[in-house]
Amino acid sequence: MASESAVRKSLFAVGIELDGEGYHPRAWRRAGHEPTLLLSPRRLRAQVAAAENAGFTFATFDDSIAPAGEIAGRIDAIGRASFVAATTSTIGLVPVVATTYGEPFHISTQLATLDYASRGRAGWLAADDPDTARTWGAAPRVTEDDIRHERGDAIEVARRLWDSWEDDAVVRDYAAGKFLNRDRLHHIDFIGETFSVKGPSIVPRPPQGQVVVFGYGTEQSGIDVALVSGAQPSDAVAAVQRARESGAARVLVDLTVALDTPTETAAERLADLGSDVTTNRPVPLHFSGSAADLVVLLTELSAHADGVRLHPVVLDEDLPVLARYVLPALLRAGIAHRPVPGSTLRANLGLSRPANRYAKELTR
Amino acid sequence: MTEVPFPDARVHFGVFFQGVNHSTVWSDPSSGSQIDFETFRRVATTAERGLFDAFFLGEGLRLREQDGQLLDTDIAGRPDAIAQLVALAGLTDRIGLVATQNTTYNEPADLARRLSGLDLLSEGRAGWNVVTTDNAWTGENFRRGGFLDHAHRYERATEFLTTAREIWDSWSDRAIAPSRRSSSWLTPGAVRTIERDTDHFQVAITPTLPRSPQGHPVIFQAGVSSQGRDFAAAHAEVIFSPFGTNFEPAREFADDIRTRLVAAGRPADDIRILPGTQIVLAERESEVEEKKRWVLEQQITGATALSLVGQVWGRDLSHLDPDGPLPAEDPEQSVISGTRGAQRDGQDRVAIAGQWRELAESRGLSLRQVAIETTARFGFAGTPGQVADELTRWVRHGASDGFNITPYLVPTGLDDIVDWLIPELQERGSYPTEYTGTTLREHLRLRPPLTRR
Ligand SMILES: Cc1cc2nc3c(=O)[nH]c(=O)nc-3n(C[C@H](O)[C@H](O)[C@H](O)COP(=O)(O)O)c2cc1C
Repeated sequence: MASESAVRKSLFAVGIELDGEGYHPRAWRRAGHEPTLLLSPRRLRAQVAAAENAGFTFATFDDSIAPAGEIAGRIDAIGRASFVAATTSTIGLVPVVATTYGEPFHISTQLATLDYASRGRAGWLAADDPDTARTWGAAPRVTEDDIRHERGDAIEVARRLWDSWEDDAVVRDYAAGKFLNRDRLHHIDFIGETFSVKGPSIVPRPPQGQVVVFGYGTEQSGIDVALVSGAQPSDAVAAVQRARESGAARVLVDLTVALDTPTETAAERLADLGSDVTTNRPVPLHFSGSAADLVVLLTELSAHADGVRLHPVVLDEDLPVLARYVLPALLRAGIAHRPVPGSTLRANLGLSRPANRYAKELTR
Repeated sequence: MTEVPFPDARVHFGVFFQGVNHSTVWSDPSSGSQIDFETFRRVATTAERGLFDAFFLGEGLRLREQDGQLLDTDIAGRPDAIAQLVALAGLTDRIGLVATQNTTYNEPADLARRLSGLDLLSEGRAGWNVVTTDNAWTGENFRRGGFLDHAHRYERATEFLTTAREIWDSWSDRAIAPSRRSSSWLTPGAVRTIERDTDHFQVAITPTLPRSPQGHPVIFQAGVSSQGRDFAAAHAEVIFSPFGTNFEPAREFADDIRTRLVAAGRPADDIRILPGTQIVLAERESEVEEKKRWVLEQQITGATALSLVGQVWGRDLSHLDPDGPLPAEDPEQSVISGTRGAQRDGQDRVAIAGQWRELAESRGLSLRQVAIETTARFGFAGTPGQVADELTRWVRHGASDGFNITPYLVPTGLDDIVDWLIPELQERGSYPTEYTGTTLREHLRLRPPLTRR
C-alpha cells in the first residue's frame, strides 16, 4: 500500500521567490549587474529561465502597489509572470496579488489570462496590503478581521468567476447559429460586506479549472497551498501540522537561504551584507551554509511538508549554487521532480483539476 | 482631384483583435479558438511580419445580454488585455501593444502601474486606449457598483489621465543608482509623490517605476461624441475612429479633429487617426463582389440577423424565418434598454423599426438582408491593387493616417493582407519596407510625451 507520506514525498515541490535582487534588503549591492538592469525584460527573462532550467516547480513574485524597502522599483507581479508565460514551458508562475483594495474581478481575469498564456501554470499568492489605502483612494481596512474578511471574499469571488464558465460553454453549433450554451454560463451573484460581483467572468474557465491559490499561515481558508514557517525547523514542521489540520491541501515551508559560493562562505557573504534580514513579510526560518547541508535540511523537511519555497538572500549568487548543487541532488535522490513540459502547476503539486461548482450532475 | 494635400503620407496599420462579436466569421472551419494563447500569438506575429504599428485589444467587462439572457449568437470570452499583451511582448520585438482600459472601473495607481509594466517589458511599445464605459450594468462587477453619468465619466477620465501622466513622469531620469557602490538604490528626492484631493480621486501615490524608452504609453481614444472629440483633442495621441468605410465622413471627422487640435493649442498633425475597418481581398476583380457578400453573410447569419432585429423589436424573434419579412407589428416600448453591451442602447425602437420597414419595402429586402444593410460597417473590398490605391488615396487626402483592421477570420485573417496588400502598398511608396524605430511612438511618428515637451 502506498502510504500517504510516500505519495507526498514523490511530489515534493521546490519553489523559489524571485522578487527584486533577493531576500536581503541590500542584495542589490552584490547583484551581478548594475541596479538599472533590475527592471529590464532581459534580466527578468534570464532569471526565470535559470530557475526553470534548474528544475524548480514554481516561482513566486512578491509585490505591493507601493514601494517597500530599499529597492523602490518594481513591475507588477502579474506583469512579470505574464511576460515569461509564453517563453517558459514547465515552471509554475505565482504572482503575489493583494486582495485588500484591488478589484476581485480584475484579479480573477488577469490570473485566468496568465493561466491561458502559460498553458496551465498559473498560481496566485493571495496577500494583504492594508497600508496602501491612500494609494488606492480607498477607505482603510484596519482590523485583522476586516483584512481577513476582505481576503476571503476576494478569493471566493475569483474562484466563482473561474467556474462561471463551464468547460463546454462554447458550443459552435453552426447549423443553429448558436455559439454559447447559456446553461453553461453562470452569474455568480456574490454579495459581500465591502463589494458585490455579478459575473459571469469575461474569460472562459482557465485551463487548470481553478488557478492554484497560495496563502500565508496555518489558518487560511479557501486556499490550495499554505506557506508556513517557524524560527527552527521543528517549529516549521509543527506549523505544517497545524495547517494540515485546518484543511490546507498542500503545505510548503518558507525559508531563506544563504549558501557558500565557490569564492566565499555564506557567513562571509552575510557579514558583508549586514545582519538585518528584514522585509515587509519576514520569513523566520533561515538557512546559511553549504549546499550539502541545505540538501540535508530539505530532505528532512520532505518527510513532513509537501515542499518548500526558497528565498535566496542574493539571487545572482545563490541561484547558481541552487541550480548547480542543490536541485540536482534533490532530483537524483528522487525527492524533487523536474516538471515535464505540458504538465500543469496543479498536477506538479499533486492537486487534481477540480470539478466545476456550477456544473449540474449530467443526466446521461 | 488635382492637388494632393499630403503627398508623402504613408499608411499606418494596426490590428484590432475582436474575439467576441459577429465581426469574426465563426462558422468557417478555419476559425480557431477565441481564447487560446496560440491564436493571439499567430495574429500578433503575422502583424509584426507585416510591419504593423500596433496590435490592439478591446475591452468589455461584462458578457453581452439581451433582455436578461446572455447573447449566444457569437462566441465570447477574451483575455485581460494588459496581461495578454505583456505575454505577447515576450514573443515580439517591434510591434506596438495597445490595451483598451476604462477609467471608470479602474484606479489610477494600479492601472498606470500595470501600463508602465507593459511599457518597460516591451521596451517602449505600450499604448492605452482610454475608454469611459459608464453603465450601471457593467458596474455590477466592480467595487464602486453603479455608474457615472455621461458628463462625469469624461471628467473622471480627464482627471484619471492627468494622474496617470503624473505617475509616469514622477521618476527623474536618473533616479536609480548608477552603480552598486552608490549610497542608496534610489537617489534621494528623485521620486515625486502624487497627491490629489478632488471629487473623483483622493489619493497619495508613490510610484514604483521609471519612464520607458518612449517616455510613457501612447494614448489612444475611441469616443465620437462632441465631448469625446474634445477629450481626444486635449489628451489623445491616436484616435481609433469608427469612420472606416466611406471617404467623405472620414475626412469630415478628420478635419473636425484637426480644427479642435488647433483650438486646443496643438499642431494640426499632432494626432494619428486610425479608423477601425475590415478589408476583403480577392485575387481577381470578378471575384470581389462574391467574396464580399460571402463575408457579410457569414458575419450576419440567420441567427445573428434575428438577434440584431430582436434587439430593435425588444423581444425574442428566434422563431421567425430570417429569409422572410420583418415583423409586421411595431416594437412595444420605445427606448432600447434590454440589450446590454450592444450598440443600440438608448435609441428609439419605434423610429428604427419604421426606417427598417421602409428600407425593406423600397428594396424588397428580407429580414436578414435588412440586418446586413443596416448593421454591417463594411470597410474595403477589391483586388490588392485596388485596395492599395484606395487606402493610399485616403491617407494622401487627409481622411485618415491609416487603419485599425479587424480580420474577419481568426487567426488567419491577416495573412492575405500581409502577403498581398502590403507589397502593393510598398510599390506605391505608401508603406514602409522595414521598422525604422523600436518604440510605438516612433512607429507612429509621434512627438515625445506632451507632459515633458
Ligand atoms: C471604434 C471604437 C471602438 C471602441 N472600443 C471600445 C472597447 O473596446 N471597449 C469599450 O468599453 N468601449 C469602446 N468604445 C467606446 C468608447 O470608448 C466610448 O465609451 C463610446 O464611444 C461612447 O463615447 P462617446 O459618447 O464619446 O462616443 C469604442 C468606441 C469606438 C468608436
